[in-house]
Amino acid sequence: MEHTAIFYLGLIPLMPLIGALLIGILHVMTCKVGRFSDGFYGLIAVLGPAVSCIMALQVFELLRAMPVDQRILVHKVFTWFSVGELHINMGFMADPLSSLFLLFVTFIGTLIHIYSIGYMAEDKSFAKFFAYMNLFLGSMLILVLGDGPVVMFVGWEGVGLCSYLLISYYNEDRSNVLAGNKAFIVNRIGDLGFVLGMAFLFWSIGSHGFDYVTLKANAHMLTPAIGLVVCLLLFVGATGKSAQIPLYVWLPDAMAGPTPVSALIHAATMVTAGVYMVARFSFLYAHVPAAGEVVAWIGILTALVSAIYGMFQDDIKKILAYSTVSQLGYMFAGVGLAAYSAGIFHVLTHAFFKALLFLCAGSVIYAMHHEQNIWKMGGLRKKLPITYWTMVIGGFALAGCPPFSGFFSKDEILFSALAGGHKAIWLIGVVVAGMTAYYTFRMIFVTFHGEPHSKAAYEHAHEPPPYMTVPLVILAAGALLAGLLNLPEVMGGHQLVSHWLAPSVLDHHVHAGETMEWMAMGASVLAVAIGFFIALFKFAKGAEVPVFSGFTKFAYNKFYIDELYDAVFVQPYKRIGSVIWQQFDPNVTDGPRRFIAGLYGIAGSAFKVLQIGFVRVYAIYMVIGLSLLSILISQTLN
Amino acid sequence: MISNYLTLSVILFSLGILGVISRRNVFTVFMSIEMMLNAANLAFISFSRLHVSMDGQILALMVIAVAAAEASLALAVVILLHKHKGMLDTNIFSLLKG
Repeated sequence: MEHTAIFYLGLIPLMPLIGALLIGILHVMTCKVGRFSDGFYGLIAVLGPAVSCIMALQVFELLRAMPVDQRILVHKVFTWFSVGELHINMGFMADPLSSLFLLFVTFIGTLIHIYSIGYMAEDKSFAKFFAYMNLFLGSMLILVLGDGPVVMFVGWEGVGLCSYLLISYYNEDRSNVLAGNKAFIVNRIGDLGFVLGMAFLFWSIGSHGFDYVTLKANAHMLTPAIGLVVCLLLFVGATGKSAQIPLYVWLPDAMAGPTPVSALIHAATMVTAGVYMVARFSFLYAHVPAAGEVVAWIGILTALVSAIYGMFQDDIKKILAYSTVSQLGYMFAGVGLAAYSAGIFHVLTHAFFKALLFLCAGSVIYAMHHEQNIWKMGGLRKKLPITYWTMVIGGFALAGCPPFSGFFSKDEILFSALAGGHKAIWLIGVVVAGMTAYYTFRMIFVTFHGEPHSKAAYEHAHEPPPYMTVPLVILAAGALLAGLLNLPEVMGGHQLVSHWLAPSVLDHHVHAGETMEWMAMGASVLAVAIGFFIALFKFAKGAEVPVFSGFTKFAYNKFYIDELYDAVFVQPYKRIGSVIWQQFDPNVTDGPRRFIAGLYGIAGSAFKVLQIGFVRVYAIYMVIGLSLLSILISQTLN
Repeated sequence: MISNYLTLSVILFSLGILGVISRRNVFTVFMSIEMMLNAANLAFISFSRLHVSMDGQILALMVIAVAAAEASLALAVVILLHKHKGMLDTNIFSLLKG
């Protein structure tokens, strides 16, 4: 039993990857001559993630049957490379943390694949889309299962690549391609941090083994200074992948991709990678509280800034994108303050409700024929009842209203901040919770309530096919109930998730009174209620397209951060590039090369006269040469 | 005694070289090459006799075999050259001219 489950560890990432390969090959072979039916490709595409999901469940069950402190499964597939002291195995490891990720990544991934069959129907490269999606999921599973930072990095780069491919999926439009480029380049900056962090880690404590178990055992040998450097560099990687300040700019642009891709990026894969990584290296962060503090502050500030942006956006997907950035900020605040299980729990609940919200947004967009501006919708409640109700559930979960899942996870993070004495972080968190409620319901009210802004589009709107609605309902159930998994003890719960994660992460438990816990909850519920009611009064009866001025205009334009980055980094870089291209390259680097080439040219034209072209003459050369050689040899021999 | 054979071999070889570098007809050049090969054979056999060893004879046999193979190939090339240009003057085959 144990043996087969260990075998599964290698197979779990392999299943979607095989699917990607198969679909990709079939697509390339048949795209010139016609194509297989969508159903056929859809079946293969869903099969991989579904099988992985079942295997993940088995692995989870096996871990559960093991004693608490021995819950770790390692499967070494082969030695990847071995250089000096660096021995890297292609190995996979499952422990409570990665098994939890496995479960929701494969489960939500499967649902999103099913949904995509409906959403992408009639798309001209249907198969290509699913090949990328499967590759994406496979990379994420490598990231989560990899035993050691290097294997994790393989998945890390894999999801980066797939996000690029999928964001610029509609590649007829130049702006989509640019969005894909932006995501890739910004991620690259983060990756540099990750690679450097990994190098430092190896240099300091990696010589005895570079897998998690050994690193964890050796973590105490880190000096504080090196530990700080490693933690911060790794966090730079996390800010890239998980869209935190200062590298969050790619995520809103990533909305250029098809909506299921956004759901996959935001819910199950990619953006949670940074949180996972920090939690995975909790044994490092535990040594350097200063690094954790930086992580927490960056997280909560990101949450604040992106919540402000979210309040003024008019694209349904952009609102959701900023809400993701904001929720990721909460997660980093959680893991930064060593409340790892709270942060990871928020990842879990967020995966459900964010996937749900994106898929709902997708079905709205589908119904409105690819209209994404919320001010052009309105009144869709009657036309899309399933979408409406599931989206309301998702909205309540995102806003953090009890008893929806988002409430419990967000509240746990905020409570840990308060109990740990980080009052400022807590306060910002509560304010952001209120803002979250406001912009979420602003979006829902403007989209579904009031009068339709575009009569023609409204008339044509209709509920999408069951491929799309069934995943919505399942995810809505998850968004509603996932919070109960970690019901806090003051409410009579057992904190199942926290206990499950305890062996993997070095949680820093703070003990504070029950009164404080109730108070923290009360404060966030109050903030959520205020946000909700403001949205209700302003938008429930329908509202006109807002005109922004002053600060709101500033916020609507996202504080001009994109323009700032463009002016400070992109344009100077381009200018340096063009100087190098036009001045440095032709004059400096090409100079010596031209000189040597010229030398050979001259030598060539000098020797050219010897090449008469007559065989006889070559024979004479040969005879002369051989004669000289014979004379030389006979001289030496004597 | 042995030096006579060797002298003959050297003379034959030199004549072969002279043929290769002075004649322009492909056939003559080819025959000169054959002559050089056989001059070498003669030298081999002479030395074989001198040292009372069979090695030289074996090499000579080998050279004859190779020469036969080479002859068949070379003749085919000659035919192709003739087809290509209609004549067998080596001076007109000068594609390698620098």
